[in-house]
Amino acid sequence: MAEHAKHEPHHDGGPLHRFQLEGVSCAGCVRKIESALQTVPGVEEARVNLGDRTLAVQGEVSAADCVAAVEGAGYGAEEIRASERELREQQRAEEQHHYRQLLWRAGLALGLGVPLMAWGLITGEMMVDSPMQQLVWGAVGLLALAVLIFCGGHFFSGALRAFRHHNANMDTLIALGTGTAWGFSMLVVALPQLVPEAARHVYFEASAMIIGLINLGQALEVRARGRTSAAVEKLLELQDPTARVLRDGSEVDVPLEQVQVGDRLRVRPGEKVPVDGRVLEGRSLVDESMLTGEPVPVQKAEGDALSAGTLNKNGSLLFEAEKVGAETRLSQIIEMVKNAQSSRVPIARLADRIAAIFVPTVMIIAIVAALVWFNWGPDPRAVHTLVVLTSVLIIACPCALGLATPMSVMVGVGKGAEYGVLVRNGKALQQASDLTTLVVDKTGTLTEGAPKLTDIETHGDSDVLLALLASLEQGSEHPLAEAVVAAARDKKLQLKSADDFEAITAHGVRGTVDGKTVLLGNRKLMQREKIDSDAWHERAEQLADLGRTAMYAAVDGEAAGLIAVADPIRDDAKAAIARLLQLGLRVEMLTGDSSATAEAVAQQLGIDRVHADLLPEDKEKIVGELQGKHELVGMAGDGINDAPALAKADVGFAIGAGTDVAIETADVTLMRSSLHGVADAIELSRATLRNIKQNLFGAFVYNSLGIPIAAGVLYPFTGALLSPVIAGAAMAFSSVTVVTNANRLRFFKPTEEGEK
Amino acid sequence: MLTLLVNVIGLLLIAAIVWWFWLGPKRHTAESVSGSEKLQILVKDGVYEPDRIRLPAGEEATLHFRREDASPCAEYVLFPDLEVSAQLAVNRDTEVHIPAAEPGEYPFTCQMQMYRGTLVVE
Repeated sequence: MAEHAKHEPHHDGGPLHRFQLEGVSCAGCVRKIESALQTVPGVEEARVNLGDRTLAVQGEVSAADCVAAVEGAGYGAEEIRASERELREQQRAEEQHHYRQLLWRAGLALGLGVPLMAWGLITGEMMVDSPMQQLVWGAVGLLALAVLIFCGGHFFSGALRAFRHHNANMDTLIALGTGTAWGFSMLVVALPQLVPEAARHVYFEASAMIIGLINLGQALEVRARGRTSAAVEKLLELQDPTARVLRDGSEVDVPLEQVQVGDRLRVRPGEKVPVDGRVLEGRSLVDESMLTGEPVPVQKAEGDALSAGTLNKNGSLLFEAEKVGAETRLSQIIEMVKNAQSSRVPIARLADRIAAIFVPTVMIIAIVAALVWFNWGPDPRAVHTLVVLTSVLIIACPCALGLATPMSVMVGVGKGAEYGVLVRNGKALQQASDLTTLVVDKTGTLTEGAPKLTDIETHGDSDVLLALLASLEQGSEHPLAEAVVAAARDKKLQLKSADDFEAITAHGVRGTVDGKTVLLGNRKLMQREKIDSDAWHERAEQLADLGRTAMYAAVDGEAAGLIAVADPIRDDAKAAIARLLQLGLRVEMLTGDSSATAEAVAQQLGIDRVHADLLPEDKEKIVGELQGKHELVGMAGDGINDAPALAKADVGFAIGAGTDVAIETADVTLMRSSLHGVADAIELSRATLRNIKQNLFGAFVYNSLGIPIAAGVLYPFTGALLSPVIAGAAMAFSSVTVVTNANRLRFFKPTEEGEK
Repeated sequence: MLTLLVNVIGLLLIAAIVWWFWLGPKRHTAESVSGSEKLQILVKDGVYEPDRIRLPAGEEATLHFRREDASPCAEYVLFPDLEVSAQLAVNRDTEVHIPAAEPGEYPFTCQMQMYRGTLVVE
C-alpha cells in the first residue's frame, strides 16, 4: 500500500474515510474513540464531530479496520460513502490533471522534436561522419533519451508489464517504434564504423516527435471523451447535494447521503425533490419532465408519490422519504444508463477478435516488411529497413478499432436517456435498429386504457339523461359504468340514489331513479323489455363502426337515446404510427377486444394488421409466430399483462416507466407514455449503428491502408518512404477522429422534434 | 554473412512473437477468492493484476478494482458475458459485483481490449 500512496496526488496524509457513529453522546466518548483509532496502524488523524456524530479518519487504512476499532471501544460506526457527486468531481479533477500532464509531456517532447526536425529539413545534416558530430549528436541523443523517459516512460513501463503477461498493446507498439529509432541512432553515434557510410543517419527527432504527437493525441482524446458522458452528467445534476430534513421540530440542511428512509423532508417552490417519497402535507405542481418526458407538470397532494430529481414548482411540500441513495428511481435510471453505456454490441465482435491479435500481428508484419527492404530494397538498405520497421509499428492503431463501438454506444445510449429512452444494453440497441415488425398492444399503448363517454344522443336534454344513467350506474363496478359516472361528475351533475338496482347478465342494468324506471344496456335488453328502439339502430351501428360501444337507454318504458363509450385513442398515437411506418416497419396491433372495435381503431390509426379477441397468453404466441417467419419483432406494451410477450420479442419496449416489472423485462424502457418513444428509440438505434459502422469502417480502412503505406508499397511510385513522424501523427489523430465522430451523435434529434 | 545474420534474427523474432503471445504456455498471476474475501485487482500500465481470478461457481462475489492509470483506456472494466461493467475511479477501490455464474471462463477487458483478464468460475 505504501507504493500506492505515491499515486495519490491530492491527499498528503492518505485517503479520507468518513463514518457515521452510533451511541456517541458526550465528550468522553469522543476521546475514547479517537484514542482507539490512534492505535490502528496507518491512521494519521482521527477526528470525531459530536455535532453530527461523524468520524473522519485520514490515513492509509481500511474502512473495516476503523469500524472494528470503534466497535472495540463500544460504539457503532458505518462508513459514509462518498456521494456519486463527490466521486465524480474527484474524477473530473483527476482527468484534468491527467490532461494537463499529457499536454505538458507533449509540449516537452515536441519542444525537442520540432527544432531537430527543422534542422534536418533545412540543413539536411543528420549524418554522423566526424568525431565532432559524434559528440554533438551524442548530446542530442541523451536529450532524446530524457524525453523518452520523462514524456514516454509510461509507454515503456506499460509495454514491459504487458509483455510479462504475454500481452501486447498500444504501448508495446509505441515503445518498440520509438525505442528502435533511438537505439539505431545511438548505435550510429557510438559506433559509426558498424554502419555503412550512407546509413549513418540519426533519428532522434523521430522518437521525440512521435512521443510528443501521441501524447498530444491522447490529450485531445481525453477532452473528446469527457463529452461522451455528458448525458449521465446531466442526470447526476438533477440531484441536489443537500436535503432539508425535519429533525426535532426544526428544518436542517443535511447532506443527501445522510437522509434515511422515514425522514420527513420539506421541499420549497423552485427546489428539486431530493429522494423518492410520499407527500404528507401540501399541494404543488411538480415538473417531472426530466424523468418522464411529459412536459406538463403534475399536481401533487397528500398521498402522492414524489421522485428524486423532479422539480417542485409552486407550493411547499412536506413528504416522507421512502427510497434513498441507490434505491431512488433516478439512481436506478443512472445506473441502468451507465451499465448500458459500457455494454458490448454484437456487431463489434469481429473488431474485438481482430483487436485481440492485432498488436503481435503488426509486429510480425513490421519485421517481414523490414526484412524485405533489407534483402531486396535499394540502398541505403539499413536506413530503409529501419524507417519501414519504425513506421509500420507506429502507424498501426489498435485504439481506433477498439474505440469504434464503445464510444458510439456511450454517446447513443446517453442521448437516448435524454429523450426518455432507456436501452438495456448494446445488444438491444443493435436489434432495435434491425427490426422489421412492430407489434403494439392496443390498450394503454394506442389508447388511454380507461374508457370514456364519447357520445350521448337523445331527443331531450342530454344532461338530464346522463344524470339519470349515472345515478343508476353508481352502484355498478363495470368499467363502462365508471365511464358514465365519471362523465356526469365532469359535468358536475347532481346524482341521485338508485333503488331496485339489478344487473342483467349479458344485457345491461335496470333500476329506479327518482321514481322513474331506467334501463341501460344492449339491443337484446330492449327486445327483452319490449321497448321499441328501432329509431336508434342506425345511429348505434354507426357508432359501433367507429369502434365505440353503444348502449341503449330507456326511461319508463320509452326509448330515451343512446350513449357510447370508448377507450379513446391517444392524441399522438396516429402521428407515432405514421412515423413507424415511415421507418419501414410493419405495424401489427394486438388486443383482447372484439374485432369490430379493434378494426375501427386500427383503421383510424392506419394499421392494417389486427389480432383481436386475444387472451393474454396469445400475445406471446403471436410474437413467436412472427419470429418463425424470420421477422425481427419488436413488441410495445405497458408491461403489466404483456411481460411474457415483451420478453419473447427480439426487442421489448415497455411504455411508461410506472411499472417496475416492465423495466425488468423490457429491453428498452420508455419513460414517456407515448408510442413516439418507440419511434425515437428506433431512430436513435439506427443512428448509433450507422455511427458505429462509420467508425469501424474508418478504423479498418485506416489500418489496412496505413500499414501497407508505412511498409513502403508506394515507394516505386513516389520514390520515398513514409516518415515515422507522419506515421506517428496519423496514429495519434486516428483515435481522436473516432471519438469525435462518435460525439457527432450528440446532435441526434428524433424526426418528431425536427419537424417542430 | 551480415545478411544471413539479420535474416535469421528477424525470423527468430517472428517465431518468438508467435510463441510468446499466442502459442507458449501462459503464466498468469492467478488468485482465487471466495464470496466473502476481498480481492483487489490492480489496474495499471495496461495490465490487470492478477489477471486470472478464480471464483467458486454459484456464488456472488465482489471484486475490488484499484485503477492507478489515469489514461481513459483504463476507465471501464467489462465482463461482456456476464453483462457486468463498471466505471473505475482513479486511485481508489471500485467495487464490482459479480453475479453467481455457471462454471466456465469469462474474459474481462477494458473498452478497447487492451487490458485483459480472465475470470474462472469453477
